[in-house]
Amino acid sequence: MLDIEIDGKAVQTPEGSTVMDAATLAGVYIPHFCYHKKLSIAASCRMCLVQVEKAPKPLPACATPVTNGMKVWTRSEAAAKAQKAVMEFLLINHPLDCPVCDQGGECQLQDIAVGYGGTKSRFNEPKRVWVNKDFGPLISSDASRCINCTRCVRFTAEIGGVQELGQTYRGDHAEIMTFLGRPVDSELSGNIIDLCPVGALTSKPFRFGARSWELTRRRSVSPHDALGAKLIVQTRQDVVKRVLPGPDEALNECWLSDRDRFSYEGLASEQRLTLPMRREGDNWHTVSWQIALELVASTLRDVAKEQGGQAVGALASPHATAEELYLLQKLMRGLGSQNVDFRLRRRDFRDDAVRAGVPWLGMNVTDIHDISSILVIGSFLRKDAPLLCQKVRHSALRHGLQVNTVGPNAEDWRMPMATRALVAPSGMVDMLAGIAVALAKKTGKTLTATLAARACAENDLPDAARAIARSLAAGEKGAVWLGNLAEQHPRAAELHLWAQEIARLAGAALGFVGEAANSVGGYLVNAVPGEGGLDANAMIAAPRHAYVLLGAEPDLDFADGAATVAALSRARLTVALSAFDSPGLRQAADVMLPLAPFTETSGTFVNCLGMAQSFQAVVPPRGETRPGWKILRVLGNLLELPGFEFEDSEAVRAEALPADIAARLDNGMGDIPAGEAAAPDAPHGGRLQRVADVPIYFADPLVRRAASLQKTADAAAPTARMARATLAALGAADGDKVRVTGSGAAVELTAQADEGVAAGCVCIAAAHPATVAIGPLFGELSVERV
Amino acid sequence: MSAHAMILDGIDGDRTWRLKDYVARGGYAVLKKILAEKTPPEAIIAELKASGMRGRGGAGFPTGLKWSFMPRAFPGDKYLACNSDEGEPGTFKDRDILRYNPHAVIEGMIIGAYVMGCARGYNYIHGEIFEIYQRFEAALEEARAANLLGQRILGSGFSFELFAHHGYGAYVCGEETALLESIEGKKGQPRFKPPFPAAFGLYGKPTTINNTETFASVPFLLRMGGEAFLALGKPNNGGAKIFSVSGHVTRPGNYEITLGTPFFELLQMAGGMRAGRRLKAVIPGGSSAPVLPADTMMACTMDYDSIAKAGSMLGSGAVIVMDETTCMVRALERLSYFYHEESCGQCTPCREGTGWLYRVVHRIEHGLGRVEDLDLLRSVAGNISGRTICALGDAAAGPVLSFLKHFEDEFVYHIENKKCLVPPSLQDTGSQIPVYVSQSC
Repeated sequence: MLDIEIDGKAVQTPEGSTVMDAATLAGVYIPHFCYHKKLSIAASCRMCLVQVEKAPKPLPACATPVTNGMKVWTRSEAAAKAQKAVMEFLLINHPLDCPVCDQGGECQLQDIAVGYGGTKSRFNEPKRVWVNKDFGPLISSDASRCINCTRCVRFTAEIGGVQELGQTYRGDHAEIMTFLGRPVDSELSGNIIDLCPVGALTSKPFRFGARSWELTRRRSVSPHDALGAKLIVQTRQDVVKRVLPGPDEALNECWLSDRDRFSYEGLASEQRLTLPMRREGDNWHTVSWQIALELVASTLRDVAKEQGGQAVGALASPHATAEELYLLQKLMRGLGSQNVDFRLRRRDFRDDAVRAGVPWLGMNVTDIHDISSILVIGSFLRKDAPLLCQKVRHSALRHGLQVNTVGPNAEDWRMPMATRALVAPSGMVDMLAGIAVALAKKTGKTLTATLAARACAENDLPDAARAIARSLAAGEKGAVWLGNLAEQHPRAAELHLWAQEIARLAGAALGFVGEAANSVGGYLVNAVPGEGGLDANAMIAAPRHAYVLLGAEPDLDFADGAATVAALSRARLTVALSAFDSPGLRQAADVMLPLAPFTETSGTFVNCLGMAQSFQAVVPPRGETRPGWKILRVLGNLLELPGFEFEDSEAVRAEALPADIAARLDNGMGDIPAGEAAAPDAPHGGRLQRVADVPIYFADPLVRRAASLQKTADAAAPTARMARATLAALGAADGDKVRVTGSGAAVELTAQADEGVAAGCVCIAAAHPATVAIGPLFGELSVERV
Repeated sequence: MSAHAMILDGIDGDRTWRLKDYVARGGYAVLKKILAEKTPPEAIIAELKASGMRGRGGAGFPTGLKWSFMPRAFPGDKYLACNSDEGEPGTFKDRDILRYNPHAVIEGMIIGAYVMGCARGYNYIHGEIFEIYQRFEAALEEARAANLLGQRILGSGFSFELFAHHGYGAYVCGEETALLESIEGKKGQPRFKPPFPAAFGLYGKPTTINNTETFASVPFLLRMGGEAFLALGKPNNGGAKIFSVSGHVTRPGNYEITLGTPFFELLQMAGGMRAGRRLKAVIPGGSSAPVLPADTMMACTMDYDSIAKAGSMLGSGAVIVMDETTCMVRALERLSYFYHEESCGQCTPCREGTGWLYRVVHRIEHGLGRVEDLDLLRSVAGNISGRTICALGDAAAGPVLSFLKHFEDEFVYHIENKKCLVPPSLQDTGSQIPVYVSQSC
């Protein structure tokens, strides 16, 4: 430890600290612009100049290492003079447009100018003006306001993984711009808005929406990916105007993904369902809550009475709150049905019977810094869970974490990758088995007997399997993660089993990335089929007489949208609790009940770390919308089911979630026999295995309706992505139209060459209206050039 | 003390730059001896320290001391870099060294690499002298063919690869850490120090950077011995140095003289003042050195200490001579424009301040000055000085402060009369383009 005195306050700081670190410890504020605790030190704005004993010149606090016995003055005459001079320089070319600047009121330049600057300008020359840049649909540029702190540049390189911005030209011609006129195209891009200390980068969707002091700040939790980032939702007059990160070092730090940040625009979508609606023939009418609920209750009661409870099924979105999921399963069980599930895009549920507990990430995010090797199986991690990916990237860039993947996809994760085993979905189980065999040899451990019989011979191992085994065996701590694609895979249970074996042999932690905000919570509240109950797949395969749909769109949120719509529309009653009206729902449902989105209800998400995060409504429900827990509670009352006398969502939560969540988390599973789920055949004659990503901005009903996100490159219409060799075998080239046939339907898509897709596979995005017709996420498709 | 050709000795223009010519002049003998005798690196450093040799790039840092900073026991790569990014207005010595005697630089670098244990070196050559870069590449090819570079040099156990790297003309790349950034393929911007290059240099590895003339001097220094080298100059200012004399002299050019030679002798070598005019001012060490009035300069000797005592810097040895036809406001305007255009834009005081200084001086020169401008200039220059990442900020502020210090009356005249104290017709006669004469004494 080093002793240092700052403004007369003695503090001790660890070796390697800077004066800025020490000042933070001492509670002394030093003004700064370019310095940011999460970014590398630029020492270029010079705002943090301080006086240091024995130093002839003022020194930048952010870059000056503490030495033992150092004395620093941050507000002495010399320091104040230097700071005032820097402030003057920063302002000479800065436009005096605060009254029309969105940053006004939350501007570091404004604040520090008042605190540390002069009162009047001595600059009587013409000001420099820059032309605004195109930063894409999310970020608004007011280039002349830029003070060249380069925080945004450093963010894209150091946190985003690829430098997307740069400072071009020299001297006072220097300006921040994108490369070759390209927009910023990162799933984390919105963070540069927060980082910008001035009004040069502001939120485009929020532009001129409100002044910062008019906004009310409310805490909330992101309803999208499994990390469940903390949010600050800002509202004005009961309208959500903006979303900012809620800092949490153990979770999202000070970052948000663009999905977390900009999806709020979907709340104001024209498709918001604000009144209960009922189908009569092909027409839909609004009805009162009372009529709607009585209709639903009586039909459910009749079906259960006439056909038995198992004739009713409930399908819930994994983005629903724990309270909603709990009450839904309680309702089903009250009706005598064990048919309830929230894992809508899954196909293979064989591990349900042998699961040791609730699947979760298997570690805390802070543990990611400590692991030296990771194997990610079947995941579009960068787009599925952007901030989780960022933590892996951070560890790969800063701590040398070796990142390995197995799957049919090898898209750019913007980080150094060790080994990527690019295999078709049908080859994934064998690849994992190969890694396990190689690991057993490498570590001198023996394979579990039941698995050894199914493993391939040692000398048949692919190179990638050996390389991944080497990587996992070399490090002290490792991790094996199963991604969304692995969970959605037709042989998901076997992937789970082999991943468990690999983790055991490597001494690594096993984890599930998790598809959505409540992927862990759904298990905890038992929104899964009970004894004799049907899982999400089986409920579609064996259609029910009545369905309750919670927060999901039948065409877009299921493993096979076309089959789901078909099954639901044939039922006697499908009641959909939904925040949005949609063509898919109108086709499949009979009654639509307006469900409050996360900003209009209280509830809880249990994230992939096992953290139960409760939140309150930030605005009142829109129109006749009602929180899901209230709707389900009333349905329970109308059905005269016991145990539905809840006064508030806290009471639901108290009953729904166990006191000790950690005790329930366990990724282990028992043995299952091999190969029960049909494996797709090897490709033959124009038939390719489908690989389906769920694009980041199509993944759930809310983000699908976020207007600005829908203008980004990530929301582009689906294409048929194939490796060049696969394309060539079809006689097609990049940019050609191809006809893709599956499930008896055909769609026309543009072929796109993509070496990140395994040979013999075609990657076609799911969760998009353009690709619903061709059926399930996995399986064979026939592809031909048009 | 006087003219002493060393690096430029025996040079016959473009005809004598090849390896055979350099060897005929005694070149590579020192290197061969070191490699054959396996001279301990410490002995060479001791010789350098004894010589009083100071860096020829501008800062005048003792070379032996710099070489001794390199961590000898460091495991892994270490780099050597030669700074030939000669961009300071008034300086043109490194260009001539590389053109006429490139092997002296190569030999000096090989010896440096031997002393500091570097396996790789780069010579970063200013982008605006591309033909010099090509010349140096040709010299490197000769050296490689003669096994003076590459693996197991001259059959010894020592290996060293040397590469030429040309910049694109940015002045700031002459700042050593900006130079390293540029070699790494990044935008040439100075790094914040510490860490210094000796600890964290090229690609994050320990790196030593010396000026072209410094490296070129090393073989000569070692040939004559440190004591003898020191004796050439004066204490703490050892050896001979090349001065680039430009401006209103009869024979501008490079003059290699012993340190400590009186300025008036150098002026005489350059043929004295043009057309018999009176000396008005001299910038003795390149455009970033403070200007000195005639009287002060005439009393100086050409060495680090004497010029520093007079309130300026010997710098890179670029002596810019101005006669009575010079308008000091116009001269400063041109200098300030240079620094405005060459600021890298990284840190605030330099990025914003250099433009401000230029705009104000420009206004004064064009008859739009205000009385308060002079105080403003001093204040702005003072606010840049000592507050920037690299020395470019000080370099931009230095001329402003020194011109105002010694020639304030001309600025006041400009402001009050909206015209120049020196009549424009007279200025024009003084600014006729001089004939450049390359000198090897």
